[in-house]
Amino acid sequence: MTPDEQGHFGVYGGRYVIETLMPALEALDREFEQAMASPEFRKLLDRYRSTYIGRPTPLYFAKGLTEKVGGARIYLKREDLNHTGAHKINNTVGQALLAVRMKKKRVIAETGAGQHGVATATAAALFGLKCDVFMGAVDMERQKLNVFRMKMLGANVIPVTSGTKTLKDAMSEAIRNWIGTVRETHYIVGTVAGPAPFPKIVREFQAVIGEETKLQMLVKEGALPDALVACVGGGSNAMGLFHPFHDDATVALYGVEAAGDGLSTGRHGAPLNRGKVGVLHGAKSYVMLDADGQVMETHSISAGLDYPGVGPEHSYYKDTKRAIYGAITDKEALKAFETLAKVEGIIPAFESAHAVAYALKLAKKMKKNQSLVVCLSGRGDKDVEVAQRYFGDGGERP
Amino acid sequence: MSRIDQAFTRLRGGKRKALTIFLTAGDPSLARTVDLVKAAADNGADIVELGLPFSDPLADGPVIQESFLRAIAGGTNVIKSLAMVERLRISCDVPLVAMLASTLVINHGTPRFMKDAAAAGFDGIIIPDAPVDEYDEFLEPARKAGLDTILLAAPTSGPARMKRIAAISTGFLYYINVTGVTGGADAKPASIAKDVKTLKGMTKTPVLAGFGISTPAQAKAFAAVADGIIIGSQAMRVIRSVKRTADAPAALGAFVRSVRNGMDGR
Repeated sequence: MTPDEQGHFGVYGGRYVIETLMPALEALDREFEQAMASPEFRKLLDRYRSTYIGRPTPLYFAKGLTEKVGGARIYLKREDLNHTGAHKINNTVGQALLAVRMKKKRVIAETGAGQHGVATATAAALFGLKCDVFMGAVDMERQKLNVFRMKMLGANVIPVTSGTKTLKDAMSEAIRNWIGTVRETHYIVGTVAGPAPFPKIVREFQAVIGEETKLQMLVKEGALPDALVACVGGGSNAMGLFHPFHDDATVALYGVEAAGDGLSTGRHGAPLNRGKVGVLHGAKSYVMLDADGQVMETHSISAGLDYPGVGPEHSYYKDTKRAIYGAITDKEALKAFETLAKVEGIIPAFESAHAVAYALKLAKKMKKNQSLVVCLSGRGDKDVEVAQRYFGDGGERP
Repeated sequence: MSRIDQAFTRLRGGKRKALTIFLTAGDPSLARTVDLVKAAADNGADIVELGLPFSDPLADGPVIQESFLRAIAGGTNVIKSLAMVERLRISCDVPLVAMLASTLVINHGTPRFMKDAAAAGFDGIIIPDAPVDEYDEFLEPARKAGLDTILLAAPTSGPARMKRIAAISTGFLYYINVTGVTGGADAKPASIAKDVKTLKGMTKTPVLAGFGISTPAQAKAFAAVADGIIIGSQAMRVIRSVKRTADAPAALGAFVRSVRNGMDGR
């Protein structure tokens, strides 16, 4: 799907921002298109991918899980093995290279759990850029380790005390800061949300996930997978995996939102399942809005899925039925977290555990000669503290 | 002729510049907003811009953000704001402009919102996060309802974008003085003179300067280079500065009067 010139995917996306930012967004779009058309830029990007990020990441056949479920063959796309432990670095290295190309000296970012903040701080250190990361005061308390990592990498972490003091407000504050600094600063948006051209830029830098998966499946299975499964907060790992398969009609796409305490409780982070059309952070998309049109508070055990909006292209995929969007509760995600650890020896991020939980249910309903790929978007180191509280010190449920 | 156009005709006749005061609908309460609008109008405001509160205003600094959150916490929403304007219109004829986020318009139903806003007594609309590129969905419904469409131009816009903005702005055109959010850095009148002149060469619609104006002296300096000015955050600060909310209209009235006098050179 190519967005139109104003960055619309069908009726979604676009640039719903104050005029002050519009020329910078137009310039960024031009710069991005030129960069991606430049063989030198692509070569540079490929070099950092292979020698710094650690790509290609393995596509791992999860024999234990497959046998346990007794359905489709389950593969894991190991984005958790990237440098810094998640897929976020694919985007931040790409955008930092863009910032350097545009001669911007400073980058800013928003972060929830801290993964995108760490990945941005990493890329900024690599390319010698000044880096300010906006993080909700509540999240800073919840994710102290990542705050320290960012500081270690030379970034300045700015606590956000407005609104709900979480990811949504961190992104609002980053946009406000950008309005005042747009001439010398590049904003590295962390997901396929935000005003155009960010949904497209982030998707293109993350599409490497899907491109590699396609090749790896053709080598291993001699065929495309029957289904792809990925978690959706803003939706960058999902769109990165899905995009190269958009035109492959035999490949079913499944996005997994955070059902939190359950979709019926209202305490969740599932705009595609329970939201309505609105505008958040510069793009039209499904948003969790109350009856008055105000943005609702979200809930998920996973900070990365604790966001009331979603990338506009996912809204488009939903309406056109190209993808199906399910939801997994905190409890189900924790169970999958434990299963993956015990059966495969892999501790996933809580975000990725949502995708695993959904994939286990899906695989069971599929035939043994079918295959599915789950995007294991990040590793679980950041979540072990919360997991410990849940499972107890023995690693067994109390 | 719209109420806004009539106001500018009167101003031109008296060789005066326009003073627009921004107020949050529902802070400290909707009932108090009625008194505040009247106080502003009685003390020299030519136009009142009413901000309908939104949980996540991206172009606003802390003063208006917090004001919006207080209004929402107090139960203010779009429907109650429109009902308040209807009541206000019984005893007040000042031109009124609604300022609200695009998502609030869409959530209400865009054509329905325009119709309801005009019926309640609004004369124009500002949707700060709907730039000219995204304005198509709002333009026709607003025109049909008889609302002036007030778009924003910025120091970063450049002539090509300014031309497109000027082409569909009616009532007035809102020039953003600073590259930043509301209530922030002090603006410099000299830095906006060139852009205002460019805009005025493109349209007969008056150009008003807003963002970063808080004192009568600044008001005077900006009014000298534009057709008028807009003050928002400072008005909300004045309202917050009183101990009893019952005193807010008098405090706001005195502030508006001082700005008016500053602009008129008195």
